[in-house]
Amino acid sequence: MAFVSETTTRLALGRAAAAEPSPAEVKDFAALLKPGVMSLVIFTALVGLVVAPGHLHPVLGAIALLSIAVGAGASGALNMWWDADIDAVMSRTKDRPIPAGRVQPGEALTFGLVLATGSVIMLGLAANWLAAGLLAFTIFFYAVIYTMWLKRTTAQNIVIGGAAGALPPMIAWAAATGTVSLDSFVLFLIIFFWTPPHFWALALVKSGDYERAGVPMLPVVAGPDETRRQILIYSLIYAPLGVVPWLLGFAPLAYGVTAAVAGVAFLVLAWRVFRIRDGAPAAKASMQLFAFSILHLFVLFAALLVTVGLGFGTTL
Amino acid sequence: MAGPDDDHDDGLVLTPEQRRRRRARNIAIAVILLVVVGLFYAMTLVRFAPQPH
Repeated sequence: MAFVSETTTRLALGRAAAAEPSPAEVKDFAALLKPGVMSLVIFTALVGLVVAPGHLHPVLGAIALLSIAVGAGASGALNMWWDADIDAVMSRTKDRPIPAGRVQPGEALTFGLVLATGSVIMLGLAANWLAAGLLAFTIFFYAVIYTMWLKRTTAQNIVIGGAAGALPPMIAWAAATGTVSLDSFVLFLIIFFWTPPHFWALALVKSGDYERAGVPMLPVVAGPDETRRQILIYSLIYAPLGVVPWLLGFAPLAYGVTAAVAGVAFLVLAWRVFRIRDGAPAAKASMQLFAFSILHLFVLFAALLVTVGLGFGTTL
Repeated sequence: MAGPDDDHDDGLVLTPEQRRRRRARNIAIAVILLVVVGLFYAMTLVRFAPQPH
């Protein structure tokens, strides 16, 4: 019932604000799409599309990729609509279009719903309805399961919610092949297990923000030491997972070596976060892991793109 | 006779800045609609093209 009440309140706020002329600029709507997250989605989906064994006409492939990107953007807009109250009290997000008053909540909701519907239909027509169904599920999972439910209720929010961010390469794979396979599931798992150390490394530094906003992130609920332990555990699962595409035989040795070296570097940084617990050096270690995790995921998927997609290093 | 751009009809008077922003949003929507039409056109061409055997 609380959820229904929350939704009704947000819709009423949106209708009240709609009586005023919109101050929104085009760039504000672009910001609702979370371009940073979108770029990672586009890249991982591109890799899924290229390394998948199926064939999709390049024009349809480009439209499929655009649909996945727009679907991710729609999720971002719906997330910002629901989370405007949280965003307003966090330093990292207080300048987002809705808390800053540049976009009205109702505008963001309509924008997100239109893009979500359009992207799913477009992907279904360009590729197939399995991929479209996966995209619809991803948007629903991120906007409803993660944003509206898990984020405010459990410290495992980003662990479970991370599934939404992990699905794009699987969607692209389904677009190219019409099916989901173990190989595409491995790509999903790589991003799924990447998410907790990535976000918790940032949350360690920004835990005050989350506490003020009432978001039960792990450092707020279980403390920094337990968070460091969890980061290390997830890193110990994530780093070897990077090598699995080579072990399964769908990526060559050149990829396996790249993933192994990058995995060791990731573990070293996770270990530093675990060991260095006080003052500025601790914050520095966390931010180093956060920044490196982005680079690490990029390197893994770029290596897949180069070795599997483009065929370089396949003789190794 | 009031024109479609006459903001006095509903009691709202837009400032020049608000008009500029609304015009920019309208142009962006028009561009997006044109892109969508182009995408459907391209998709139709590819979908209905003879498939190689």
